[in-house]
Amino acid sequence: MKWSEFFTSSVGKKLVMSITGLSLILFLIVHVTVNACMWAKIFVPGDNGEVFNKAAHWLGQTLVPRVLEIGLFLFFIIHIVQGYVLEVKNRSYRSTGYAVKMGAKGSKWYRKSMGLLGTLIFLFLVVHIADFWIPSRFGGLNEVQYPDMPGRTYHELYGKMIEVFQNKWVVILYIVGCISLAWHLIHGFQSAFRTLGVSNKKYLALLNSTGIGFSIIVSLLFAMMPVSAYLGWVTL
Amino acid sequence: MEHYSMNLTLKIWKQKNAATRGAFETYQVKDISSEMSFLEMFDVLNEQLIHEGKDPIAFDHDCREGICGTCSMYINGRPHGPWQGTTTCQLHMRAFKDGDTIVVEPWRANAFPVIKDLVVDRSAFDRIIQAGGFISVNTGVSVDGNTIPVEKEKADKAFAAAACIGCGACVAACKNSSAMLFVSAKVAHLALLPQGNVERKGRVEGMVSQMDKEGFGACTFTEACEAVCPKEISVTNISRLNAEYAMAGLTTDKQHGS
Repeated sequence: MKWSEFFTSSVGKKLVMSITGLSLILFLIVHVTVNACMWAKIFVPGDNGEVFNKAAHWLGQTLVPRVLEIGLFLFFIIHIVQGYVLEVKNRSYRSTGYAVKMGAKGSKWYRKSMGLLGTLIFLFLVVHIADFWIPSRFGGLNEVQYPDMPGRTYHELYGKMIEVFQNKWVVILYIVGCISLAWHLIHGFQSAFRTLGVSNKKYLALLNSTGIGFSIIVSLLFAMMPVSAYLGWVTL
Repeated sequence: MEHYSMNLTLKIWKQKNAATRGAFETYQVKDISSEMSFLEMFDVLNEQLIHEGKDPIAFDHDCREGICGTCSMYINGRPHGPWQGTTTCQLHMRAFKDGDTIVVEPWRANAFPVIKDLVVDRSAFDRIIQAGGFISVNTGVSVDGNTIPVEKEKADKAFAAAACIGCGACVAACKNSSAMLFVSAKVAHLALLPQGNVERKGRVEGMVSQMDKEGFGACTFTEACEAVCPKEISVTNISRLNAEYAMAGLTTDKQHGS
């Protein structure tokens, strides 16, 4: 089998979804860790964004994350495009539908709704990139300096975040995005490993519970960000 | 269980052939015994239709004891009807109540075109088997039993996979019309046994390639197939197929198609 055949067969396409998906899961761990720095004042009394801005600065200015960022965008694009291609193609294999649908008799709703959940995440992602990534890359953010790092300027990403999350509708959109992410991951996490070939029931049970825990904790932490800012738990 | 009789309304898909469009037709049947099988109820209906000079309903059936995989009805929104781990022929009328309306449709998948009414063409499955679902052996003197040791756990798993009767309920249930449960059962069955080990790479490559050519979808692990499978084939076989496929794809050095 040639490489081209391997990656374009029905199993190969799912392998691509699985590998890109798992890489994006790794990215989420980095992202949520940096995000959690917004609550640094719990550990660093008096902090109002310094730790967060420095963490974001490190991520934005260090070589390795910058190189990985290219891969990240590439994997996002592959995951999204391939996801839609598969969804459309898979649907095309049944031209005449059933009069009586299986509904919940066969499988859980979120297992069948990865396309819809993915679309909601994608819409969220567009707004999210426009809110934060574009201004931090192409300018439009205030600059701050910290006394322990003289001569160095940092993007005031923390202030930007507090400002963005004062809008009720943005907060709602982010929460919808996070809920979609949780359901998408609950299926995606374990499904990715099964696509990679994990058939051992002991490991599948472990991966399933890890996946559910991961999905809920990560999505909850992400959702707590706009909520904290909107409700004034963290302020400038 | 107490015996009872019932009158039923049946909405059944009628379609002259693959080229014409089909539609539902409604029939009434009376005094159906709760001890009849679902297909016996169809026999009663067909006799009634023949007496009335109408076209009887075409449906697939053969052994009527749940082992041949020929029967194929999508009953009230579920392949093989409401019972777990049961083929249509083993579904009995005690699953229904007097006055019920039962909707019966053929398997829906472009890879399974309707031949007539409830009969679909499942020869795509035969071509997938021909693409690798076998072991090549020289015929001759039969080998003594137990000359090849097989681990009990593997033998059990292989046997559970081999229970697949190839009815196509997995395809009918899958939102992607994927045949992965069927193909994975066949691949896993042979991959788990020493006899199947020799040709395992070529087998999985060939069968997946044929599956794609026939126009079945990809697996997204919705698990609907496992829920409706009359032989309760496990979706873990699909994981095994994925592993077999990845191993074959990454290690064979064939530059041409299989």
